[in-house]
Amino acid sequence: MKSILIAMLMAMTLPFGLATSARAGAGDVVVENAWSRASIGTSRPGAAYMDIRNAGDENVTLTGLRTDLAGMPEIHLTSTNEQGVSSMSPVGEIAIAPGETVALAPGGMHAMLMQLRRPMEEGETFPLTLLFSDGGEVTVEVPIRGIAARGPDD
Amino acid sequence: MRRRSFLGYGAAAFGVIGLTLIAGWWRVDGPGAPQAVGARPLPLTEMDFSLTDHEGRTVGPETLIGSPTIAFFGFTHCPDVCPTTLADISDWLDALGGDAEKLNVVFITVDPERDTVEAMAEYVDYFHPAIRGWTGTERQIARAVEGFRATYEKVPTDNGDYTMNHTASVFLFDALGRFVTTIDYHEPREFAVPKIRRAMNEEKAEGA
Ligand SMILES: [Cu+2]
Repeated sequence: MKSILIAMLMAMTLPFGLATSARAGAGDVVVENAWSRASIGTSRPGAAYMDIRNAGDENVTLTGLRTDLAGMPEIHLTSTNEQGVSSMSPVGEIAIAPGETVALAPGGMHAMLMQLRRPMEEGETFPLTLLFSDGGEVTVEVPIRGIAARGPDD
Repeated sequence: MRRRSFLGYGAAAFGVIGLTLIAGWWRVDGPGAPQAVGARPLPLTEMDFSLTDHEGRTVGPETLIGSPTIAFFGFTHCPDVCPTTLADISDWLDALGGDAEKLNVVFITVDPERDTVEAMAEYVDYFHPAIRGWTGTERQIARAVEGFRATYEKVPTDNGDYTMNHTASVFLFDALGRFVTTIDYHEPREFAVPKIRRAMNEEKAEGA
């Protein structure tokens, strides 16, 4: 029953993601290797990672995120100073030149999912929409891996 | 009545001045002071703190003497650095195979307000079984952080919540409790595992 529901949800969201590639600019953005970690309940923020590639020949600017999973999704950068102290801060806009790939990966940037509306369950997916300055949007289905996952497939 | 309220104000004023002084000390000379680059943690034998592990046992630096130790600071509401470090450590322990049993591996929270013994137990359960979660009072955590010459700071976030900045390096000690080296945040396995092996062989080499 549950798997039928997931299949239906995916059938509804997948074409949506493809349909948004109508415009030039954001329309030429390809998102690959997306993954996230499962959460324990909803009190702790989640994080998602992916490669965002500009396959077109115009500059694009990523301005924000949207998802029904979290009340406050934001792109963050983790930085570690020379004393080894790590801190996290919102990144703001990210310009991606033609042919360039911006990686959200552990040790660098992540999509921070604050105010989770439901727990992130291992094995499920959630839709995450990337918003661009030209008004274009790209939606990806992000697989949820285990809490101890280290990448999209290990 | 009047006099008492004056006294009250006086005490409050003194309290504020006192807190300001303490806050100043904390940042300039105290545990909140920025550490000089390369400040070495104390040997475990010279540290002094008492915490509770995720199974409710009383633990401290003395618990770690006798086996080599991997220790690091974090908090369970940390979405990126801490699960990455815990997953990396789990991966290194897997690479060490059976030798992983000879190590103490401790994850010490810098967020005791949210990281109760139960929260730590629930969280560490998802990683390598050798990893122990330690928590305790605000004061004892501060003493532990100071002994490691590490730092942490509570930072409010836009949504009225808070996050913690903290030292993300992984500390290695030999079986005698002497500091060996650190592994940087997200350092690749091919550098990390030999460092752990070094910490494991340190006192063997000396005994030989
Ligand atoms: Cu973040």
